[in-house]
Amino acid sequence: MRLIFTTILVLAIAAAVGLGLTWATATRGTDLGTLTIGAWTAQPRIGTTEINPYARATVARSGELPIGTGDGISFIAKADDKKRPLDGRCDVVVSGVTPAARFWTLTLYDTKGRLVANALQRYGFTSEEVVRNADGSFAIRMAARARSGNWLPTAGIDRYQLVLRLYDTPVGVATRTQRDAPMPTIATAGCP
Amino acid sequence: MIRFLLTLLAGILLGGVVHLVSVLALPRIATQDAYSRLVPMTKTNSVVALPLTAPNESPMPFMDPAFAFAVCRYDLSTGPIKLAVPVSQAYTSVSFYTRNDVAYYAINDRSAGRRVIELDLMTEAQHAALPEDEDVTAADRLIVDSPTTTGLIMLKALAPEPGEMPQAQASLAASTCKVQTDTPAAKR
Repeated sequence: MRLIFTTILVLAIAAAVGLGLTWATATRGTDLGTLTIGAWTAQPRIGTTEINPYARATVARSGELPIGTGDGISFIAKADDKKRPLDGRCDVVVSGVTPAARFWTLTLYDTKGRLVANALQRYGFTSEEVVRNADGSFAIRMAARARSGNWLPTAGIDRYQLVLRLYDTPVGVATRTQRDAPMPTIATAGCP
Repeated sequence: MIRFLLTLLAGILLGGVVHLVSVLALPRIATQDAYSRLVPMTKTNSVVALPLTAPNESPMPFMDPAFAFAVCRYDLSTGPIKLAVPVSQAYTSVSFYTRNDVAYYAINDRSAGRRVIELDLMTEAQHAALPEDEDVTAADRLIVDSPTTTGLIMLKALAPEPGEMPQAQASLAASTCKVQTDTPAAKR
């Protein structure tokens, strides 16, 4: 009787621990093979056949298609440079320059990777659209209410994430630091 | 007490095994992965344009709204596939995914270096069955080996500004993806 009870307990612990870990890693992702520059992270190998099993599980669960390496790379930011989560009710400024690429796009998604509806139907900026300063740098302001310059509406949602995609770029598996890939800064400018 | 700790330890060790097996199995048992999501809205071996990415009608999460997308869901069991994608004004790329959503090849308009991205997709067995001199005589032919018999080809065209979206969609609409019926040698 005691043996049966112990066996059941072992199996129950195994199932809880194993599936719990799998759920956690597939939902939140892992740091395995990630490249972090400032507030931005990328997984350079996600678009290759060398994609790690955790990234594969995450991709299968979310239903997205990773960008192929010959196409580009995507950097994601869920918090600003001071690790404060991106809040749709605050003014957040993304400014600076981007790594070398033929084109880039910056897109705002909710926590599940969906676009955020707004009356302007503006979900992001491309490198061609963005208004730049004389030195080529730019500043994009995420806010709930209209702002002058490059305004990206957040619709006032609680949490959001930014994805910067570089297309036809040398940034990839060999990239290590900010010097190889100068990413723009993210700063929360003020909250109501 | 010791017995309880041993039970706990055994459970955690076995849990590690369960974790590894389930992570490896997840891509195979997922029912809401990108391929499964695209099956109802695409046809086998033909190019189907996806609706524009919008807040409430996006087939997959994390799609770039600056792009027009089209998908060719392929099945190589009846023969190799010939893909031709005219290059749009800004940026066009073609990415290949296996049945389990692993990106195994991607090429953009500049690396293709022509007005039309043209390539042949075949399984490794079909590639091996090509006549020996074929590769030499058709050196300009780009051949891509697919690790799986079925998979996805994602065609993307960038609209740098919203007004250029119709052009991007038009260039994708002109692209073709079809099974090669005649032998490739007779075609050229």
